[in-house]
Amino acid sequence: CWAALCRRTGGRSSRPRVPGDAVPLALRDETKADDVIFPWFGLDIGGTLVKLVYFEPKDITAEEEEEEVENLKSIRKYLTSNVAYGSTGIRDVHLELKDLTLCGRKGNLHFIRFPTHDMPAFIQMGSEKHFSSLHTTLCATGGGAYKFEQDFRTMGDLQLCKLDELDCLIKGVLYIDSVGFNGRSECYYFENPTDAERCQKLPFNLENPYPLLLVNIGSGVSILAVYSKENYKRVTGTSLGGGTFFGLCCLLTGCSTFEEALEMASHGDSTKVDKLVRDIYGGDYERFGLPGWAVASSFGNMMSKEKRESVSKEDLARATLVTITNNIGSIARMCALNENINRVVFVGNFLRINTISMRLLAYALDYWSKGQLKALFLEHEGYFGAVGALLELLGSA
Amino acid sequence: MPMRPSKEWVAIKMAERGGRGSGGHGSLDKSITLPPDEIFRNLENAKRFAIDIGGSLTKLAYYSTVQHKVARVRSFDHSGKDIEHEPLYEISVQEEITARLHFIKFENTYIETCLDFIKDHLVNTETKVIKATGGGAYKFKDLIEKKLGLKVDKEDVMTCLIKGCNFVLKNIPHEVFAYQKDSDTEFRFQTNHPNIFPYLLVNIGSGVSIVKVETEDKFEWIGGSSIGGGTFWGLGALLTKTKKFDELLQLASKGQHTNVDMLVKDVYGGAYQTLGLSGNLIASSFGKSTTADKEFSKEDMAKSLLHMISNDIGQLACLYAKLHNLDKIYFGGFFIRGHPVTMRTITYSINFFSKGEVQALFLRHEGYLGAIGAFLKGAEQDNPNQYSWGENYAGSSGLMSTSPDVFPMQRTRSGTFDMFEMDRLERPLVNLPLLKDPSTYIPDTVDLTDDAMARKYWLTCFEEALDGVAKRAAASQPDSIDASERAEKFRQKYWNKLQTLRQQPFAYGTLTVRSLLDTREHCLNEFNFPDPYSKVKQKENGIALKCFQSVIESLDSLGWEERQFALVKGLLAGNVFDWGAKAVSDVLESEPQFGFEEAKSKLQERPWLEDSYSQWLERLKEGPPHKCALIFADNSGIDIILGVFPFVRELLSRGTEVILACNSGPALNDVTYSESLIVTERIAAMDPVIHRLDKGLAVLVRERETDLVIIEGMGRAIHTNYYAALKCESLKLAVIKNSWLADRLGGKIFSVIFKYEVPCK
Repeated sequence: CWAALCRRTGGRSSRPRVPGDAVPLALRDETKADDVIFPWFGLDIGGTLVKLVYFEPKDITAEEEEEEVENLKSIRKYLTSNVAYGSTGIRDVHLELKDLTLCGRKGNLHFIRFPTHDMPAFIQMGSEKHFSSLHTTLCATGGGAYKFEQDFRTMGDLQLCKLDELDCLIKGVLYIDSVGFNGRSECYYFENPTDAERCQKLPFNLENPYPLLLVNIGSGVSILAVYSKENYKRVTGTSLGGGTFFGLCCLLTGCSTFEEALEMASHGDSTKVDKLVRDIYGGDYERFGLPGWAVASSFGNMMSKEKRESVSKEDLARATLVTITNNIGSIARMCALNENINRVVFVGNFLRINTISMRLLAYALDYWSKGQLKALFLEHEGYFGAVGALLELLGSA
Repeated sequence: MPMRPSKEWVAIKMAERGGRGSGGHGSLDKSITLPPDEIFRNLENAKRFAIDIGGSLTKLAYYSTVQHKVARVRSFDHSGKDIEHEPLYEISVQEEITARLHFIKFENTYIETCLDFIKDHLVNTETKVIKATGGGAYKFKDLIEKKLGLKVDKEDVMTCLIKGCNFVLKNIPHEVFAYQKDSDTEFRFQTNHPNIFPYLLVNIGSGVSIVKVETEDKFEWIGGSSIGGGTFWGLGALLTKTKKFDELLQLASKGQHTNVDMLVKDVYGGAYQTLGLSGNLIASSFGKSTTADKEFSKEDMAKSLLHMISNDIGQLACLYAKLHNLDKIYFGGFFIRGHPVTMRTITYSINFFSKGEVQALFLRHEGYLGAIGAFLKGAEQDNPNQYSWGENYAGSSGLMSTSPDVFPMQRTRSGTFDMFEMDRLERPLVNLPLLKDPSTYIPDTVDLTDDAMARKYWLTCFEEALDGVAKRAAASQPDSIDASERAEKFRQKYWNKLQTLRQQPFAYGTLTVRSLLDTREHCLNEFNFPDPYSKVKQKENGIALKCFQSVIESLDSLGWEERQFALVKGLLAGNVFDWGAKAVSDVLESEPQFGFEEAKSKLQERPWLEDSYSQWLERLKEGPPHKCALIFADNSGIDIILGVFPFVRELLSRGTEVILACNSGPALNDVTYSESLIVTERIAAMDPVIHRLDKGLAVLVRERETDLVIIEGMGRAIHTNYYAALKCESLKLAVIKNSWLADRLGGKIFSVIFKYEVPCK
């Protein structure tokens, strides 16, 4: 199975750290994907969340079933029969890809996430379940692949195969888009984003995707310009991302989960917190063609003591969300202009259950580019890195 | 030991400062808070008012005329008289009126008091309107109209800002600076490029505006961001319960952002090596505060917020600069204003995001731009843009005079007034057309902001010379009753300026020997000592003229080659007579008969410290005569008359035209234009070779196809221009009359610099 890892293509980044010395050279080019032993995992350990994709083979022959070692079976059953693991692990059932053919095997792809701070518990569990006895490879990407490598080795007796996160991200995006979402389109956009009444989510055909600007909004934000499967560059990034929204919300409102923060935001009014152009100029600032509704200063009203006392936690959560989202939109738009790219794909877990931000991004890109730029979104938001890691395991699909 | 009243006075002043910090009783504040008539100066002639009212500061601008004394020289009618015992010319002090722009910045809380004061002292009744700009202009409209009886005429904020920006960029040589955190000089001033356009102005007020300025009148809002100073303030107030912007910055400067931010190393355990991202980079601002059960310190949160906002603004500014292909980005707005903390974070951000290709630039008079612009809008009929204006160092407070970072004690002080004054220059200033590259021309040889040792030396030097200068100033006006009182005021003012410069060398831009001299002239003028050396110069010119004939005769008796050397030696010896250099003034004061010949004998023997005399001689011998030589003359008396004129005479007899350039106004014992006219006239009467002088230097230099520039004296050839590259041949000569400087250059006192340069083709 190691050999498969070496048939990796694409990306300008360095090769995965494979313990190559242990691999008999002769095996490398002869190995077929179906030689890759189960279980098939792809892991993306981010700053806030761990994303795990698991391929559940559905075409297991009776012979295979018989041969399947006990703990492998128990892992399969455990993962597929539950939707929650421990107190924080969650399987996004609605994202499950059914009847997928991957390397000649048919099965379902499961999407699981849990907070990064539970990583030690996860490794502990792997150790208790004697995961290492399965002699499988755990392909992992994201910063945590580096950070937790030592823990995997010492606590779990597991050797991680570390993969570059941007390589994985792009592979994952292209792959999932190509297989589609159980017969539906993976990619979508918002039509009439500037019109609340007529705005609707519509499928987008990303068949010919290049060039595209890929904006990955996790705890922080990375922006990539993708020219082909193999040719991409990281244009820039910003530290004002999902972590900033959630972190500030925790401080401002005392909330404790991302869901809670979003829920609050959905009931708040950011215009009580932000200073708008019309708050300063009484209307539009015509000299510069700025509409009155535009935000002139995020949290600008909070300079005043009276206004600080009159806003609700919901208003503050909403303003935080709008501030972070608009800023990402603004940086993405500038990058798109500088790179001369007009399709901008937003991914990352910040967008999970976050229609407010998606519509705001769609609106902002459309409005400020006078219709030149299009914001696109993908159903599997934050899982592409993990999918990419799984694909690496299988030696590129 | 002699009494040093000046230093004692300062000691008292310092003690007061300390006292205020610990206890702070009311009476002490009087020593600092200036009486209003020292702030709103020259109100009696004021007109064309403009006001810029920001969130916390008001900036008032007005135009006024200043009547001040100038020394004039007038030739006597010598016909038929015995001129042996008469002075060469008559000196009179006359009143002259010059235009001055006044800008005053104060906290909004003083607005009413200030308006009252202005109303009481405003004599000029022509004024009907006041131009107003800034966010607060609307709020205070009624108050201004009621108090001043003037109609408030509102002007667009951004238009004013840009007008003001263009004005300072054009008129103030050291307006622009870059901020350097870990250097001895935090503020690195830039030389203004003759063409200031195009540039990007990033104004960080409550939000951020990014404006591209292409010409004087053409500018465009190209973008902005809602994450600005208001976000820092508003969000900061929510997070830390700290209400004031300055206090938030103070908090931020004490915090550790790494406790709140998620860094790359928190995610990766180290650096993200494939991308070369350092482990200390912020991966997610506030990424560690994603928990409800941990407390974070106010300082840490404020710091994290500051980084978040500065980085974001820097990133956007770089993206806009890249899109519009601009490399000059000036930052302004209340977020930046006088706050090293924000300048540091913005500079870091710009450097990071542009990968070092773009430099964040700041403006020394940033806080005044709106007021200047509004004023210019109102003064269009006076065409202020037609003239050149210069900062008056005596009347201006200097950069960050009120900054808490420089004077932490002053935060407790309520009434802080900052002033900025500009004088209209007699004529527009242009670059010498013979400069090889005007855009890289830096006149000053040593940057004292950069060179701490040299700075200490020169500041001490000017301090030590101050008593003597004050004494001479008083002596120059023996008929005036209040001369010694004014001289003492001058002494105090200049002493204070020198102390300010010790603490903030960057207060008026790059600190140089030249700027120290200019500041002294401005202070002297302020107390009506237009030309303390006038009498000395008069006497010396008289003595020197008497010797002219014999010097010429002895030169003419020499063979050609001997004469060339004697002429150069004469030029150098003449330059020993310089009241500016302490070593010489000591000798001159004690031995008034110190002669020309003695000066020659003091000169260093060849080879000189810098010696290209042989090449010069070769050039004279082999080459054709120069078409036209431009000579920048230095001192009056022996220098110009016995040193420069014989040299001029030789050039003229070779068929070279000569343009003699002298200062338009007095500076120490430098020969002024009007003195030189009289001197030339007298020499011309004695010597038929010398005809006349010309004005309109830049035009003339072009017309006459000047191909030789001669610069003499320490001030012109060493302190400045030593490295100046010219398009034509040049001769820089001086005698080093300062042992410290001589030592630094590897020579001894009275070492000779003779630098003949031919530009490479």
